[in-house]
Amino acid sequence: MARLKVIDAERCVGCQLCMFACQRRMGAGGFAESAIAIRSRGGLSRGLTVIVCRACKEPPCAAVCPVDALKVRKGGGVILLPQRCIGCGHCQEACPIGAVFWNEDTNKPVICMHCGYCAQYCPHHVIALVKEENEDD
Amino acid sequence: MIERDPLQRVLYIDLSKRRFWVKYRPDLFEKYIGGAGVASALLHEECPKGTDPLGPDNPIIFAVGPLVGLFPMASKTVAMFKSPHTGNLGESHAGGRSAVSIRMAGYGAIVIKGTSNIPIYLSIFNDKVQFHDARAIWGMRSHVVGRVIREREKGTGIRSIMRIGTAGEKKVSYACVVTETYRHFGRLGLGAVFGSKKLKAIIIGGKRSLPVTDKKRYKEAYDEVFKRILETPSLKKYHDLGTSLNVLPLNKKKALPTRNLEQACFEHAEKISGEHLAQHFLGRRLACAHCPIACIHLAALRTPYEDEPYFYKTTFISYDYELIYALGSMLGIGDPEGMLHLLDTVEYIGVDALSAGVTLAWTTEAYERGLISEKETLGLKPSWGDYKTYQAMLERIVTQPNDFYKALAKGAEYAAEIYGGKDFALTFGKNEMPGYHTGYGGHLTFLTGARHSHLDSAGYSYDQKLRPEELTPENLAQKLFNEECYRQIISSLVICFFARSVYDYPTIARLLSIAGFEFSEEDLKLLGKRILRQKYNFKYREGFSLDNLRIPKRILETISPHGQLKEDFFRKAIAVYKSLLTSD
Repeated sequence: MARLKVIDAERCVGCQLCMFACQRRMGAGGFAESAIAIRSRGGLSRGLTVIVCRACKEPPCAAVCPVDALKVRKGGGVILLPQRCIGCGHCQEACPIGAVFWNEDTNKPVICMHCGYCAQYCPHHVIALVKEENEDD
Repeated sequence: MIERDPLQRVLYIDLSKRRFWVKYRPDLFEKYIGGAGVASALLHEECPKGTDPLGPDNPIIFAVGPLVGLFPMASKTVAMFKSPHTGNLGESHAGGRSAVSIRMAGYGAIVIKGTSNIPIYLSIFNDKVQFHDARAIWGMRSHVVGRVIREREKGTGIRSIMRIGTAGEKKVSYACVVTETYRHFGRLGLGAVFGSKKLKAIIIGGKRSLPVTDKKRYKEAYDEVFKRILETPSLKKYHDLGTSLNVLPLNKKKALPTRNLEQACFEHAEKISGEHLAQHFLGRRLACAHCPIACIHLAALRTPYEDEPYFYKTTFISYDYELIYALGSMLGIGDPEGMLHLLDTVEYIGVDALSAGVTLAWTTEAYERGLISEKETLGLKPSWGDYKTYQAMLERIVTQPNDFYKALAKGAEYAAEIYGGKDFALTFGKNEMPGYHTGYGGHLTFLTGARHSHLDSAGYSYDQKLRPEELTPENLAQKLFNEECYRQIISSLVICFFARSVYDYPTIARLLSIAGFEFSEEDLKLLGKRILRQKYNFKYREGFSLDNLRIPKRILETISPHGQLKEDFFRKAIAVYKSLLTSD
């Protein structure tokens, strides 16, 4: 199974093209429903952080969901079953890297599904869709 | 426009009464697109004739455009105001995350009027606008105030923090507004207008999705534009070296203003070139939001503390061609570390680098010629290359301990009016000169451009690409006029000028239709003219005239790549430009 991987955050220039790509996948502009975020490490002089789901094999977000709305994905990470989700936000709190985003309109989480669309628009080789077999990082 | 597009929302803020309200203005955006077009229309609505630029009635207007958040490199914010520096049109553009943040907060434009009785900063997140006490951060330098607000407020990664340094507070007429630490509303004194309103900073941000008319066409058009951007060779160069790649070519052409344009070629140019800086100092590259190029280059400067061995501080300092010219060659500074230190001072006090450098260059020559003495400078002895004295002078330009520094705080033209030396005060329409002594085109842009900025019509580029027989006053004026009209459209869409070759008229018309705007190529051409005239009408209304424009003698004395420049040519071309502004 392929997953999106941060190859080298030090190469990130903060253009946020990945955030726009994630939203554009759905045919809209902006980034209300982006499952990836780029922010500075406390000011742009200090570099940038890429925040995105790293496809945990045993995802804490799924573990805390009271209604089993987060199905563990083959290859790691989760798939949201929106009809089950009650919008409690426990998943967001459980993710230690902050990779569970929130859609205020639907009041449901937004989590990377590892499609790799964003990586096609990263001109600086920060992120990539990689095939993983038995690797567990 | 698309009915639910938040672009049509204009946020009005009254600092005197601490009120805010939103008006839906689809009329403005449907007619003028956004950016420069909408801002100039709002300036006419909001700025009464004869307004004191530092009084409560002077509006601060920010406008973005429909392509922001939809397409790459449409990430500029246009600010308009009455300039405290020139007394007429104030217009300044900045990138960073400013435009995306304004659009994501749910606005197409913001109008700020009034004056607060105490220092404040504003936070704007969607419909929530808050006035915060800024008394504790008044007096802070731009980078420190950025840090304080960054740590105190929410929205990391999806916000913009625009702030002033100490120069804005003290109303230095060319004070700038800094955004995202390294981008600026640099020219014409927006920082002083902030300071006059006791507005220390604005933090703005949000998150939303933006509608398009056709999802499939949107994705296709995006991919096409994106591919073209990546394949444009000039943009690749801006990624590699940044705008500083221009230092050596311009120096070779003898077009790099040096020591107040006493020369146009700098013997130490290599040391302050993009190549040298990249090899020895480049520490990081950054991009504005939604831009794949990343032209922002930061030097990592390691400075030892003098009172303790093996103790260093490392500072990241952004450099660009214009800064290298104004704070390097123009001041005879060939030591890259010294130049970077000076850049850093300019950054944290928050002044326009061009105006600051050119004003200091005038000061140096005036001192050499005995027009001013240590009595005026309070003991400082400005001399070419002495960056430490320039740093000390900049600090005094902020604190203004005597009449001389008060004058320097109003720029080179103002100071030369009082102390003499107008022939070598390099200002055009009262605005200090950008770094191109390329020939007639460059200087004509400074003279006739509505902002007196090299970017208005890029005459420096025509100097380099036109054949000699094409260089007639009529032809050049016509070309610059067409270019300035076209650039009104680019800056109404708030597309970065670096991407202009990708965003030609047919492409613009197509992308606008995806955003819900119907403009034909012909409509766009007419609109460009209309916006330029609208800006010029404001200038005329506030007393500007093309008839009595001062042409600094120095540019006629120092040989350009096109030989010695003649005043007569300039006057003819200015007259043609003037008639083009009024004819149909």
